[in-house]
Amino acid sequence: MTHAASDPTAGHAAIQVRGAHRVFGKGRKRVDALSAVDLTVAAGEFVSLIGPSGCGKSTLLRLVADLDSPTSGEISVFGKSARQARLDHDYGIAFQQSGLLPWRTVAGNVELPLKLHGINSDVRRERVEELLELVGLTDFAKSHPDQLSGGMQQRVAIARALAESPRLLLMDEPFGALDEITRERMQNELVRICAETGAAVLFVTHSIPEAVFLSDRVVVMSPRPGRITGVVDVRADGMVAAHDRSAGARDEEGFFRAVGEVRSLLHGTPEPASAARGVDNR
Amino acid sequence: MREGQGLTLAAFLSRFRGVLLGVLGVAAVVAAWDLYKAFGPEQGVLVGDTRILPRTTDLAMPHSWEMLQRFGEPVTSLRGAPDAFSAVYDASMFSLGLAARGWVIGVVVGLVLALAMSRFRIVESALLPWVVLSQTVPLIAIAPLVRRWGSEIEIGGYTWTSQDSVAVIAAYLAFFPVAVGALRGLKSPDQTHLDLMHALGVGWWRTLLTLRLPASVPFLLPALRLAAASAVIGAVVAEVSIGLKGGLGRMVIDYAVAASGDPAKPWAPIFGAVAIGLVAAGAVGLLGLVLRPFRLTGAPR
Repeated sequence: MTHAASDPTAGHAAIQVRGAHRVFGKGRKRVDALSAVDLTVAAGEFVSLIGPSGCGKSTLLRLVADLDSPTSGEISVFGKSARQARLDHDYGIAFQQSGLLPWRTVAGNVELPLKLHGINSDVRRERVEELLELVGLTDFAKSHPDQLSGGMQQRVAIARALAESPRLLLMDEPFGALDEITRERMQNELVRICAETGAAVLFVTHSIPEAVFLSDRVVVMSPRPGRITGVVDVRADGMVAAHDRSAGARDEEGFFRAVGEVRSLLHGTPEPASAARGVDNR
Repeated sequence: MREGQGLTLAAFLSRFRGVLLGVLGVAAVVAAWDLYKAFGPEQGVLVGDTRILPRTTDLAMPHSWEMLQRFGEPVTSLRGAPDAFSAVYDASMFSLGLAARGWVIGVVVGLVLALAMSRFRIVESALLPWVVLSQTVPLIAIAPLVRRWGSEIEIGGYTWTSQDSVAVIAAYLAFFPVAVGALRGLKSPDQTHLDLMHALGVGWWRTLLTLRLPASVPFLLPALRLAAASAVIGAVVAEVSIGLKGGLGRMVIDYAVAASGDPAKPWAPIFGAVAIGLVAAGAVGLLGLVLRPFRLTGAPR
């Protein structure tokens, strides 16, 4: 956010996916994990991928992160190849498991990306302080991960993903293992963090309300072959941009409208918007 | 901190529980030995023609205190013979030194093998069966081979000695648990951790130092302890097979000859072997204290 003006990546979309295919296996065991996927995520935009298991949402995220390569098609991140973007540390990433190193303290985990990339220790200490304040864990800097609750561990993982002030966050079901109450609180915090950092986010989830509450756009996917079946622009349903939302957004008219739209896309049959109201407002 | 009132009995018990239990265990073995000797049948306990418990004669089972006393007496009746304790002590140190050399060689070889196997799948498929197979070869069979091959080695001015052979054989036993344990440990990080390292653009070497090595510590520590015990056994047995004088292996054989006239004497080197086994395991335990922070992982502690 602070360095956006001088950043050479400015002016490009955060993510651009063109005709991506990903095929696993051969012959009779062949699985089309992704088929003809096109997707653009603008800078600063929050986009969720939602769909049943096997729809390729995680595969798509892994392609963007260059943890996997497409069988065909093109993926660019801030105008560079996914590989180059990874090597340039253009994105931060968080997984369903927090993936914290159990022998390092909370501060040690948060500073890991900086340390591996040769940032000197004074700068690291300062940055870690900022990040822990951002996720509200200042008092736990010296704790070890096994002393924290699941939600706190996930906050540490998010702080680690933000360590290098990336302008893109990739999140693969980061709240999937959390209980409902913690989950809502984490969603509220993520909205606040995104507003503070101005980062674009690609967020994989299988919770409809979560996707709608967090996103500017919700991309609905379906399996066999994994493909995009529709995109719901939550803002068009009358909600403010993702960065400006508050916890109360879950009670707005537009929220229920968007939830209904996403649900009907997922189930393949259009439902009247009124049927969705109040049914599931997690 | 505790109040300056001194320890209550309960606090004392809980603090030294391990030590107390250890002392109790040894005392129980000693008591069982002498009680059986006092009250057991002279001919031992037989089922059919099979003796399942030993004779209780002084020849077969010397009193425990006699074994202890024997340490204070001269080794032989020859004039100027050292007392048994110092003889056993010297032999124990000699064997412990060889076992330590074997342990170090074994640990280095085991770690290198584990690293190669964890790095390249093909090396693992090619090597792991041989690693396992190596332990099925009896030590007695390889000892003469090591000695013969060793005698052909001459690097610069250095000539191979029997001591080197013993150390190599000790290493032959010690490398196995290290190779297997370290391999499991190096492969223990889960996919999320590996993905994270990849996402951070970190190569194999940095991943090894940052992730794989620390994660392997909980697997490595028991392996190192096992290797220490194996190295001691390997050293003692190899001394016998190679016929190297000065260590416990040869002493066990020599003293066994005296059993008919001096039944407590053969036990002296056996206690020596037990002692160096404990010292070796204890030394590795200290290593565990140093590496304590890394034991905080999901792996078995």
